[in-house]
Amino acid sequence: MNRITLAAAFPVTVPVLMGYLAIGMAFGLMLQSIGYGVLWALLMSVVIYAGSGQYLGVSLLAAGASLPQVAFLTLMVNFRHLVYGLSMLEKFRGMGLRKFYMIFSLTDETYALLSSAQAPEGVDEHDFFFTVALLDQSYWVLGSVIGSLLGSALGFDTTGVDFAMTALFLVIAVGQWKAAGSHLPALLGGAATVASLLLVGAEDMLLPALAIIVIALTLLRPRLEDRREREEEKTCP
Amino acid sequence: MPLTPMQTLASIAVMAAVTFLTRALPFLLFDRGDHPPKIVLYLGRVLPPAVIAMLIVYCLKGVTFTALGGWVPPLLAGLAAVLLHLWKGNDLISIFGATVLYMILVQGVFA
Repeated sequence: MNRITLAAAFPVTVPVLMGYLAIGMAFGLMLQSIGYGVLWALLMSVVIYAGSGQYLGVSLLAAGASLPQVAFLTLMVNFRHLVYGLSMLEKFRGMGLRKFYMIFSLTDETYALLSSAQAPEGVDEHDFFFTVALLDQSYWVLGSVIGSLLGSALGFDTTGVDFAMTALFLVIAVGQWKAAGSHLPALLGGAATVASLLLVGAEDMLLPALAIIVIALTLLRPRLEDRREREEEKTCP
Repeated sequence: MPLTPMQTLASIAVMAAVTFLTRALPFLLFDRGDHPPKIVLYLGRVLPPAVIAMLIVYCLKGVTFTALGGWVPPLLAGLAAVLLHLWKGNDLISIFGATVLYMILVQGVFA
């Protein structure tokens, strides 16, 4: 990574710097509040590197969830990454070994930067992508470590810091709600989960909820696809 | 901490492996120019909002209605997150504002 590439990539990543320091700090604090210190925060942010995934991870560790549960819920919360990869197939082609890191580090924010930012004149595009991705993860790791250290050093009352997870999901939901053609998937997801909570209780609510969601969305496909096609026809003259 | 350090390591390894897998799957399956099946594209589009809604309900599973302190703080802080986000559109302000409000409410007002 050379100086010119770094100088080109850094300004692009500044919004992510702010966001990751803050959300990473909240993660470090949350992890500290359930009894896991700075080395755990560092480890998780280096090897997992997923915002909502790690927030969920804290509650899974706190609950002592079984490994199949951990695997399944991590899969579900990260499902959207499937879509990100599909639109990065072309961009990452020919990156050699660095491609593994690009795929590993494809978070929501890095995806957003990579899909919009352009390498300036005279900077190799692949070097630029790689530097953006690497800078983003370094902010995330730094934020988690700072949060964890603050939590243990200041010893201030962290009761309620776990609400950061709820707030993060609400913020994602607001963005999705504004972008969505149909609000049915979001409403269905909420309703199915409330039903599951009432039927089987808080302990085992997620798997039945997900089963209902996947089955219902598959059954609703003709309707939802139809509506989408009609909308596309409207926008095309 | 209900888990032993070894169990914690195993959980973290599973989280890391599954996260990498979800990111790598499109590259493993479709990097040779094959088109993804339509059902995959469809679920990739409609599942995320449903899953996020599910996770919001999951986060709020501890809400109780026997005392004001059981439901007023999450309601107010949740509204704050949504309104701040509609107003400013900045993740940072919305998440931090709502979390700080929640902490003040549960530690100070409804303690």
